[in-house]
Amino acid sequence: MLEIKDLSVSLEGRNGPVEILRNINLTLEDHLLYVFTGPNGGGKSTLAKAIMGIYPAAAGKILLNGQDITSLSITERACLGVGYAFQQPPRFKGLTVGKMLEIACGKNRTCEDCNYLYSVGLCPQDYIGREVDTSLSGGEVKRIEIATLLARDLKVAIYDEPEAGIDLWSFSRLIETFNNLHEQYDTTIILISHQERIINLADEIILVADGGIKEKGRKEEVWPLIMQDATCTCRGDCNERVG
Amino acid sequence: MLNNIDKHILEMIADIHGTPKGAYNIRKNGVGVDRSVTPNIEIRTKIDKPGIDIIVKPGTKGESVHIPVILTAEGLHDLVYNTFDIGAGADVTIIAGCGIHNPGDKNAQHDGVHNFIIRKGARMRYVEKHYGEGKGEGKRILNPRTIVEVEEDGYAEMELVQISGVDNTLRETEAFVHDNGHLYMVERMLTDGDQFAESRMTVELIGLDASTQIISRSVARDNSQQIFYPRVIGLNRCRGHVQCDSIIMQGAKVRSIPEISAQHADSQLVHEAAIGKIAGEQLIKLMTLGLSEKDAEDTILEGFLN
Ligand SMILES: Nc1ncnc2c1ncn2[C@@H]1O[C@H](COP(=O)(O)OP(=O)(O)OP(=O)(O)O)[C@@H](O)[C@H]1O
Ligand SMILES: [Mg+2]
Repeated sequence: MLEIKDLSVSLEGRNGPVEILRNINLTLEDHLLYVFTGPNGGGKSTLAKAIMGIYPAAAGKILLNGQDITSLSITERACLGVGYAFQQPPRFKGLTVGKMLEIACGKNRTCEDCNYLYSVGLCPQDYIGREVDTSLSGGEVKRIEIATLLARDLKVAIYDEPEAGIDLWSFSRLIETFNNLHEQYDTTIILISHQERIINLADEIILVADGGIKEKGRKEEVWPLIMQDATCTCRGDCNERVG
Repeated sequence: MLNNIDKHILEMIADIHGTPKGAYNIRKNGVGVDRSVTPNIEIRTKIDKPGIDIIVKPGTKGESVHIPVILTAEGLHDLVYNTFDIGAGADVTIIAGCGIHNPGDKNAQHDGVHNFIIRKGARMRYVEKHYGEGKGEGKRILNPRTIVEVEEDGYAEMELVQISGVDNTLRETEAFVHDNGHLYMVERMLTDGDQFAESRMTVELIGLDASTQIISRSVARDNSQQIFYPRVIGLNRCRGHVQCDSIIMQGAKVRSIPEISAQHADSQLVHEAAIGKIAGEQLIKLMTLGLSEKDAEDTILEGFLN
């Protein structure tokens, strides 16, 4: 179980710290699949990175199965079973896909690298030896990123827009993979997404907007509220520039 | 003849465990200590100056030559001239390398002048590793000079590696590529402490459709300094690509000055050069996979240099 209590996150902006997340309270159960959705810039990735320890908490607490992990490092959280697949994964000159998966598996587990790659729709023989550098396409890097999370033994797995840039065929394979993960393990799965097919997988939807949690509940309850709100809130004249 | 230090150095520079297969020549503290030839590969001691001639018969396929050099005495300045004549249509691998174990406070220096002729249609893969160790104050100095001639339809792949422990190095490389010849050169370098490394490379694309690809990857740590001058000159319809990438850390300094010079309207030459720290997001990604920051850094550097 992952509990987030009164969490605030501030990041360094051009004119000093900017509060990005404010008073987040959230309890996420084992074995459930959550979808975080909401407008661009609403704070979904920031929340995910705060859970992973990439961004520190300015206030509040994060508890994993009752243990306070707020002050733990990224590595320590990873070792406790928190995982995050990046929205925009970094590339590495000289590191192969096989090596990345081996690192992800850790020393004490057998690395079923072929299975992880199949699960994201990549042919292992074509990819294991390739470098995770700019020679890979955007969709390929994204799928390898997801595979690195499949290789881990996780209590909380966060996938940040896993569908982004992924072709139709691989997308179906991915949906199947998330379904299997959800059925077979008691991991808390968080999918950050704007895609209805992914949203349909959710036990619960969480609407993140404007640095806070706006709604949380089953799809039938939350979806109509989300759609109601789906109007553009940006008003004003382009000639009225500020600054 | 070879003690445990020698064996360790041979492993580091030439991946040799026990006796190498095929032709070989092992040089220690300025003298040849062991040699083996094959019906297709001859190794002759030069008469006019120190060094050897390695002659590969035309058409020789799939054979290898190991020519490691070991320095384990302080105060020694070893100078050697080696000539490699790769016969037409041959296809061979040459593993060279120099390891210095300097036990004392005087400098130990090895300067190697290597001359390569890759004859018509021949293919050569050359790997050269430089490595230094030893607890004394004496510096470990390696100054290799390499001259390569790639004849018509020839192919040379050269990997020049400085693993660690070399205090001072000046590498000079000159290459001349003829019609439809190709030279692929990779340089990998790691410096730390107060080490200094300078690499000057000039490739002249002389022949029609001659081509080259030069890749230089380096890591400079601590207070070390590196300077690179890769230079490609196009004198015909030809293609050349230079790519220099360096990771800089702590108080190190790196200068990269690539030059491409087209002397012919059908020369296509490209250079790219980049120097930067390890990207923070790379470290973070590996840490999210459970590595400590130190292990993440080592993994990135190791991958980058391999
Ligand atoms: N390092 C940073 N410094 C300053 N502001 C930041 C930083 N990172 C994100 N922000 C801002 O924080 C807000 C939330 O960003 P975040 O990336 O969490 O949004 P998101 O909900 O994931 O959006 P999207 O759907 O586009 O991925 C945005 O307004 C963004 O500009
Ligand atoms: Mg995002």
